[in-house]
Amino acid sequence: MRALVWHGKEDIRCDTVSDPEIEHPRDAIIKVTSCAICGSDLHLFHNFIPAMKPGDIMGHEMMGEVVETGSEASGALKKGDRIVVPFTINCGECDQCRRGNFSVCERTNRNKDLADKTFGHTTAGLFGYTHLTGGYPGGQAEYLRVPFADKTHIKVPDSLTDEQVLFLGDIFPTGWQAAAQCDIEPTDTVVVWGCGPVGQMTIRSAVLLGAKQVVAIDCIPERLSMAEAGGAITINFMDESVVERLNDLTDGKGPEKCIDAVGLESHVSMGQPDTLLDRAKQVVMLENDRPHVLREMIYVCRPGGIISIPGVYSGLVDKIPMGQAMNKGLSFRMGQTHVRRWTDDLLRRIEEGQIDPSFVITHTVGLEQGPEMYKVFRDKQDSCIKVVLKP
Amino acid sequence: MAFLSNMTRSEGDPTVIKSGPSSFSASDRLARNLGWFSIGLGIVELIAAEKVTGALGMRGKENLVRAFGLREITSGIITLSVDKQAGLTSRIAGDALDIATLATAMRPDNPKRDNAGLALLMVAGVTFLDIVAAGANTIRHTRHIGQRRNYGDRSGFPTGLEAARGAARKKLEDLRGTPGDERPTAKKPAGSVTE
Repeated sequence: MRALVWHGKEDIRCDTVSDPEIEHPRDAIIKVTSCAICGSDLHLFHNFIPAMKPGDIMGHEMMGEVVETGSEASGALKKGDRIVVPFTINCGECDQCRRGNFSVCERTNRNKDLADKTFGHTTAGLFGYTHLTGGYPGGQAEYLRVPFADKTHIKVPDSLTDEQVLFLGDIFPTGWQAAAQCDIEPTDTVVVWGCGPVGQMTIRSAVLLGAKQVVAIDCIPERLSMAEAGGAITINFMDESVVERLNDLTDGKGPEKCIDAVGLESHVSMGQPDTLLDRAKQVVMLENDRPHVLREMIYVCRPGGIISIPGVYSGLVDKIPMGQAMNKGLSFRMGQTHVRRWTDDLLRRIEEGQIDPSFVITHTVGLEQGPEMYKVFRDKQDSCIKVVLKP
Repeated sequence: MAFLSNMTRSEGDPTVIKSGPSSFSASDRLARNLGWFSIGLGIVELIAAEKVTGALGMRGKENLVRAFGLREITSGIITLSVDKQAGLTSRIAGDALDIATLATAMRPDNPKRDNAGLALLMVAGVTFLDIVAAGANTIRHTRHIGQRRNYGDRSGFPTGLEAARGAARKKLEDLRGTPGDERPTAKKPAGSVTE
């Protein structure tokens, strides 16, 4: 089969690889009908997250049709079922899964020893996202083996298109969780840093959850236009002061809820000197991530507010103003998305026409164009916001 | 490398059979090679400054050569990073410094003038490659490729933005609302609310 394979920094290839096989009775094989490039795939593209190996298949946003099931998965799935695959693999049986904390499932990371040493305790296995989280082949391919398939799937009805449901596997529940864990009240100002795909989903989620006003921050005009269409007041940080504008919008008190949909690769510019220092440290491996957005959120957030972090961070960050955060009594909520916790509810909202996540798709291409689209997406060329691949 | 790593794959996981088109272009490859060249040259200038100055007839400028070595290593590291344009630009600026410095060694009384001339020629060649790589990478990676679009018509809400505002908590508010209270507040965390 064909698959997008990681060969090193900025080197993704559309390779011919061997077909996946059932390895465990709980496995299933799907024929991938749609998959997408995620913003967090770019962290792997740039080799900012450790433990990738040449030959790893990329991708953790995918859906398709079941073509084979293991004996223990056949009760929950059958050939021909149309499923979206959550990017967090969950067993559904461990203590964390029973609590709904699916992204920290205790049993699905097949490199548990490595994860225990790195994180202190293991987290869930993820598709196509380094050997720290299991080294599972990803879904930017023609076929995918789904481990723990009897639990790791979302069945979707034929009445909905791939484009409407594909993002149930990652960015829609990720945006929803980011907003939901803010405990949004009708009097709240919710600010979303970053108007990439997750940021766009977060904005819509905050609107649906009834925030008084939603503010979106970015520097790319087309992304800001999409954010505005979704109901956000926009701030282009290259044109105006984020701090001053947020104070203006909140009577000088600051926003109650701040959401970081940027993560470890915040924009580097001369106007934000800390980003230059972070970038320099990152180049010489003195720091893993560029946490400018975290610093800014802590500074602008109203005392007693909530900082929500769906953006991916990989390791060590410097100069986080914990004094400000502690004295202002801020709460931090973060984590990989507990996808299955939210998807039944979100699928219902899509079916009812409350939201149609396909709005975010700007490019649809074949798998063979995937390597080039990584570059287009990374460089934000051709007004690219979200790429869907059709294997 | 990918084929070697096939040996470390878990049983049943796909292995690479044949490699296909890559996101890593010829200009990316040129930049990477120049980055490694820069680091190699920088190391030579750092640890063998006396030999370099001796060969060029520039005795007494060892510290300058070492400083240039540090500069080369820094440029090389940046060129190997994702900010390769910045690295290549710094390399071109460094080339200009190298040329200016080597030009001082072309004086008639320098017995190693021929060596300096050869070095000057090599630096000119590398400068040409740096300019080609910087230009090609700027063109390939600039954001201003393709259409500029406005997505102002993409709300994502099939029933419209106003209908969507608070839709995920509206029914609960209707149940809890009290007369005279324009925006009744649901005390339950919004994310856990179902209508």
